[in-house]
Amino acid sequence: MPDINAVADRVASATPPSVARAIRGLSDCSIAWLFVAPTIVLLLAINIFPLIWTIHLSFTNYASNRPNRPVVNVGLKWYQDILSSPEVWAAMQATAHFVFWTIFFQTLIGFTLAYLVDRKFRGHAFWTTIILIPMMLSPAVVGNFWKFLYQPQIGLFNYIVSFFTGLPPSSFEMLGSVTLAPWAIVIVDTWMWTPYVMLICLAGLRSIPDYIYEAAEVDRASKWRQFWSITLPMALPFIMLAVLFRGIENFKMFDMVMLLTGGGPGSTTELASITLKRQAFEAYRTGYSSAFAIILFVVVFGLANIYVRALNKVKQR
Amino acid sequence: MSGASTAHSVVEPSATSKRIAAFLVILYAVVTMVPLAWIFATAWKTPPDSISYPPKIVFDPSLEGYCNLFTTRTRQTDEYIESLGPPQGACEEVTRKREMVIAGPSNYIPRFINSLIIAFGSTFLAVSLGVFAAYAFSRFKIPLKDDLLFFILSTRMMPPIAVAIPIYLMYREVGLSDSALGMVLLYTAVNVSLAVWLLKGFIDEIPREYEEAAMIDGYTRLQAFFKVVLPQAATGIAATSIFCLIFAWNEYAFAVLLTSGQAQTAPPFIPTIIGEGGMDWPAVGAGTTLFLIPVVVFTVLLRKHLLRGITFGAVRK
Repeated sequence: MPDINAVADRVASATPPSVARAIRGLSDCSIAWLFVAPTIVLLLAINIFPLIWTIHLSFTNYASNRPNRPVVNVGLKWYQDILSSPEVWAAMQATAHFVFWTIFFQTLIGFTLAYLVDRKFRGHAFWTTIILIPMMLSPAVVGNFWKFLYQPQIGLFNYIVSFFTGLPPSSFEMLGSVTLAPWAIVIVDTWMWTPYVMLICLAGLRSIPDYIYEAAEVDRASKWRQFWSITLPMALPFIMLAVLFRGIENFKMFDMVMLLTGGGPGSTTELASITLKRQAFEAYRTGYSSAFAIILFVVVFGLANIYVRALNKVKQR
Repeated sequence: MSGASTAHSVVEPSATSKRIAAFLVILYAVVTMVPLAWIFATAWKTPPDSISYPPKIVFDPSLEGYCNLFTTRTRQTDEYIESLGPPQGACEEVTRKREMVIAGPSNYIPRFINSLIIAFGSTFLAVSLGVFAAYAFSRFKIPLKDDLLFFILSTRMMPPIAVAIPIYLMYREVGLSDSALGMVLLYTAVNVSLAVWLLKGFIDEIPREYEEAAMIDGYTRLQAFFKVVLPQAATGIAATSIFCLIFAWNEYAFAVLLTSGQAQTAPPFIPTIIGEGGMDWPAVGAGTTLFLIPVVVFTVLLRKHLLRGITFGAVRK
């Protein structure tokens, strides 16, 4: 490579010998540690140290609005309180409903869209880019403007529904009704994140080599048979990856739902993260909320472990 | 007919199936754009038009939304308004029609600038740290490499509210509450995991032979990194930077809990835009439009790398 040689000569002549010697003294091993250390130190300071502090706080009666009160060790009290609290179980149920249905709709619609885009019609790249836009937007801002679309009477969503069904537009309140609000957040999340599942499924479909379909054609397998025996099984690891990503993200869901419903009406859409925020920053039950945070973290960490294993499987293909 | 073209026709979808696929995908793309188009259009309505029933699809465009976004206004008597000179500029004109005068600039621009400073600052730091760590993970034997990489990724799995509790207490102790520096550090810590994983993928794709050739020509390892690897990774670094920027730009949970005035970013500010007697939807629409447009532009620029970005580099192509 002549260009690199030329650059090398220039660099070699431009580097003062003393500096060059000092740098040359660094072994690969020390460079490796030098390069990795800042990242690890930052993560230890901003993630791990606070995590350890949270674990410590979860055993105390500390309240962040009363920093001068003597801190007493309460043992496992908060953990027992949380696991037996109906409020927490209601939040977990709301979260499970949200996670299950968002994944269900996003996978169904996302895979269908990916399958259609994979027909490679003229202009498919352009339309794919358009479809991808919602997932890049700020969830908080999205939640805020969907609140406008969901307004009874004046909102576009109610107007469109009434246009197609004939129901009066002010006869239902997506955000004000106990039965509809859990579905209102599922609709917005599906609108926002279906493209995400579509994109990953598309990669899965494109990873299937043509010769497999050619062989199936030679064997006179029907299109239907090809779909169930080739397309779906071979795209499955990608679908799983998308499902796990969405599962983890939606288990932690806070911003979009906070702006859309604030957990209401009542506590029907109060997901785990919203309960946590209420306890920590409105009721100032720091010890209790720390224990809750640890429980949530353990759950997410368990999901993450499964995810990394699935991810490695996908990678090995 | 050559064998290759026959084989091609077997896997090539039929013209009819392409047409059906195109119709359905374009239909989805158009429907999915309706909410966004609606909020962009609302920005150009007057407040009465924005809440009219039935929703107005055709309307006289007005600057009132943008004027209200950038100003604060006070209600005045007719006599007082008449005693003022002729209105200066379009904004004063629309404001006076509502029997109000402009009292001063709103907080939107300072919040927008905060968003810019915090997003660019944290992106710069995260990508700088990330590129060194990614290179080390890509090229060197590091003990417990897989565990360290998993540790780095797992910090991103924590629910933001769970992290916010101790960060809130920690920042209060060290005086970083409601400061841009605190937010930059926090977003850097969150983004560095994405940066390391994405950049490692990009650097893995650069053949080692390039550096080895350079080192045979007298480069040190560090010189080879700066002069050979970094230029080769430029596209990857740019794509990673945009992903980090978008995350920091969109983030809400930390911003709403850890900032209040000085360092508040746009996402927690936009939902607080209210007019007289309820939400000022045109102003919210205007603020949302200006906030979302950069992300839409970046999404289009980034379309080839989106898949990698959203899967932490697990799925390439």
